[in-house]
Amino acid sequence: MTDTTTGEGFALPSYVRKVGDPALATPGYGSTTYRAPNRLEILPHTLTEVTGPAFGEDRVKAGDADLTRQSTDEPLGERIIVHGRVIDGDGRPVPNTLVEVWQANAAGRYMHDGDRHDAPLDPNFSGAGRALTDAAGSYRFTTIKPGAYPWRNHPNAWRPAHIHFSVFGRAFVQRLITQMYFPGDPLFGQDPIFNSVRDERARQAMVSAFDLDETVAEWALAYRFDIVLRGRDAVVFEDDEEEQ
Amino acid sequence: MSAQVTPSQTAGPFLHIGMLWPDGPTVVAADEPGAIWISGHIVDGAGEPVADGLVETWQADTQGRFASAEDPRGTTTDFRGWGRCETDAQGWWRIRTVKPGPVPGPHGSVQAPHIDVTVHARGLLRQLLTRIYFADESETNAADPVLAGLPGDAARRTLLAQPVEGGYHHEMMLQGDDATVFFDA
Repeated sequence: MTDTTTGEGFALPSYVRKVGDPALATPGYGSTTYRAPNRLEILPHTLTEVTGPAFGEDRVKAGDADLTRQSTDEPLGERIIVHGRVIDGDGRPVPNTLVEVWQANAAGRYMHDGDRHDAPLDPNFSGAGRALTDAAGSYRFTTIKPGAYPWRNHPNAWRPAHIHFSVFGRAFVQRLITQMYFPGDPLFGQDPIFNSVRDERARQAMVSAFDLDETVAEWALAYRFDIVLRGRDAVVFEDDEEEQ
Repeated sequence: MSAQVTPSQTAGPFLHIGMLWPDGPTVVAADEPGAIWISGHIVDGAGEPVADGLVETWQADTQGRFASAEDPRGTTTDFRGWGRCETDAQGWWRIRTVKPGPVPGPHGSVQAPHIDVTVHARGLLRQLLTRIYFADESETNAADPVLAGLPGDAARRTLLAQPVEGGYHHEMMLQGDDATVFFDA
């Protein structure tokens, strides 16, 4: 046997339980009916959960963070800057972590075969972007403000404008898929996905802030969206005999 | 007061736009010694395939090591360890990888070879987390602390991938009497 399975005293972090996440079974969101598991078992945070994949610069091409320059012509719509920091619940920045985004175009239509909304596609807008956070955990995208769009969840249902975010973090249990919303959206009240987060403070953590300071004069407005991943509990030791 | 952690939201039905990687399913090269395909099939509570989802996997290498700076034993491998594959129209997904080695567990225990698996899809307001174990590892499975914590053999069996030609296959049921065990971590 190798030394990988026994005999090592090492400390493992444990990540704080998430507070404010939506319930998997959210009746107002029809698609949860046959997909939300009925029960969950508790999984301790072992080596597998506290480690996670690391991606480097090779995963991000120059220009991936600018969704307005992926084609010969510029996409239509309101050009915006979306930026912020990825930190954990302890306030530590999460550097060099991959952030993936995808979104509808300005007309509220996704570049996707499954999207049947009667709104125009924009041949110059794929809606996909990627960035690696810098040493301070900061990221920055240039994109087009997405439009609201109808869906068939309930009569006259409309999704508030949003950008999908996928963030990796340091540990597999920090992995986060979420949606960034825009401040003051009049559609919040009737959206079961936004409101699946029951706590007001937690809901507001998904709403970006208009950021006048980062606005570029004569060019683009800016929104700030800070992403907070799970923080750590006190460290626990895997092997009591070898305390450090 | 600590910062409010950003809540999860569903990846939605159009996750392919932002989350597909050409090399997502190929955790290892075809000529990697021990390369196998692990396939899966996901069915919802109505018996319908989950045709618009995406699976991500995270695992140790054959020696039980992770290519992660978070591994307190240090990083001794460049094994990517991470895979990603969308489900097809029939709810199938697959990754090419190697079978992981045993990994140290809590309190001096040894975890049987396993792969952490997350599912992202429309209708999932949070990612689902489960683990795949290997049906032909009965000895190490019997000593695994996570499997031991599950309520009964039927629950444990839902995590087992069965040997098939070229690798393993895992059936995942989101709901029902035979529902796969999912975890809150």
